[in-house]
Amino acid sequence: MTDLTRMTAAQLASAIASKEASAVEVTTAHLDRIDAVDERVHAFLHVDREGALAAAERVDRGEVTGPLAGVPIAVKDVIATKGVPTTAASKILEGWRPPYDATLVERLRAAGTVMLGKTNMDEFAMGSSTEYSAYGPTNNPWDLGRIPGGSGGGSAAALAAYEAPLAIGTDTGGSIRQPGAVTGTVGAKPTYGGTSRYGLIAFSSSLDTPGPCARTVEDAALLHSVIAGHDPRDSTSIPQPVPDVVAAARRGGSGDLAGVKLGLVKEFAGDGSEPGVLAAFHESLEALVKLGAEVVEVSCPHFQYALPAYYLIAPSEASSNLARFDGVRYGLRTGDDGKHSLEEVMSLTREAGFGPEVKRRIILGTYALSSGYYDAYYGQAQKVRTLITRDFESAFEKVDVLVSPTTPFVAFPFGSRTSDPYQMYLADLFTIPTNLYGGPAISVPCGLSEGLPVGFQVMAPTMADDRMYRVAAALESAVGTFTPPAL
Amino acid sequence: MAAISREEVAHLARLSRLAVTEEELDRFAGQLDVILQSVARIGDVAADDIPPTSHSVPLTNVYRDDVPQPSLTQEQALSGAPDAYEGRFRVPRILDEED
Repeated sequence: MTDLTRMTAAQLASAIASKEASAVEVTTAHLDRIDAVDERVHAFLHVDREGALAAAERVDRGEVTGPLAGVPIAVKDVIATKGVPTTAASKILEGWRPPYDATLVERLRAAGTVMLGKTNMDEFAMGSSTEYSAYGPTNNPWDLGRIPGGSGGGSAAALAAYEAPLAIGTDTGGSIRQPGAVTGTVGAKPTYGGTSRYGLIAFSSSLDTPGPCARTVEDAALLHSVIAGHDPRDSTSIPQPVPDVVAAARRGGSGDLAGVKLGLVKEFAGDGSEPGVLAAFHESLEALVKLGAEVVEVSCPHFQYALPAYYLIAPSEASSNLARFDGVRYGLRTGDDGKHSLEEVMSLTREAGFGPEVKRRIILGTYALSSGYYDAYYGQAQKVRTLITRDFESAFEKVDVLVSPTTPFVAFPFGSRTSDPYQMYLADLFTIPTNLYGGPAISVPCGLSEGLPVGFQVMAPTMADDRMYRVAAALESAVGTFTPPAL
Repeated sequence: MAAISREEVAHLARLSRLAVTEEELDRFAGQLDVILQSVARIGDVAADDIPPTSHSVPLTNVYRDDVPQPSLTQEQALSGAPDAYEGRFRVPRILDEED
């Protein structure tokens, strides 16, 4: 019999709809796989066996229909799931069970998906390796001694380890795309405002974007079409129709890119990328040219300031957003022994509940927002954000999409970038400009370097998410998908 | 010269309500100094006449009709609280007894 865990979401949805397989069989196969491998991978912080089987039974009884009826999914632990533990991988939210569902979780349920559980991540989505999870890192299924990327390393590793065919991530500076790249899976960041942030635990509100993770471009597009669309509960949600990303992925999958112009960002050339990453990227470019695409060099002179701008804007917003964790309304409370004042209890709670990267970013953000430094740091970063947006807009007058490696290096060994936080930040060098601009971008596997996956990034104009799916699917049709060694 | 001193980090930690340890102060001061020196080149960009961007969505003042919507019950809203009393969040003492 076919191994149900090796099938794509599209294949599973079709098999369940035609009764070739039951939703309970599909769910059980994935829960068994989690039992078999997750002790080594640690992709999940919480497995909701009971909830998943109950949801699958409802699909089998015909009570729930929908485009992805019966297809299992893993959800990043930064997204509120009613009654199911949600920690953002932080000790400060240990044991918290949200009293409501995020909008995208409601949409996943309406589409018939079966939630298997919650995936590991860097605490509050701050990191590029899952090493900042308060519950221990996730191990990359390609090499268990290496990082799975971050912050959404758990979602990406769950896909690569065949524990789930679909997953949800969130992308603030690359947290969907970089884990996708280093695990050989597909990760898409939709246009900012294209997917709802309601029920997403906020890190940097002007950048946070939930999006789909999958093993194929078509599966990512299917998931994208289910979660995207206007939500009145999110004031930055875009009240416009969602581009037809599924049709675009299928069109690209046919391998025709005639007339499509790919922009190569001049300023990214030779910017610290490993030779193996560059080699796989350039081979992929040639493959796209064979499909009819044209490569045009474009200049984006302010991209070199994207990393500094991001590491001022994101911590500033985080320092404000994380003020809500004060030991009053939810989560941890420490030092409430009748001897400490409210303010002391708050400080002791936050000290005990937050990990080192979260504390660093709160302090950095507080600094960048303080009187006397505001104009030079936060204010200047917002102006640079305008200039980066203008760079994108002027590039998109000449080309249809921009392309680059997703991240400069393949999965690195644990511990190799934690002593100097700025070395970790460099993982996001190519993904961050898109977040500041607000457009969509996708990472698709394009080859291997020394046996480890390399990601190819396609960036598109805002609300032109369909374009990136077309190019990514065309590349996938040319280079194929990549399977890690057996666990 | 260091971009940020240990004393400044201690002050910022107090403002951030973080009861950091002496060891953390030593470590964070060095690390934040490296980060700040790395991001300082943002000042090289000539941007005096450039308007700031706070977010990328061209929307302002999103309103909805003033109609009551379903919301959490009091019990649900208190369900995650570390301490609750008679339907309210209970917090530690704010004022000293002699106040």
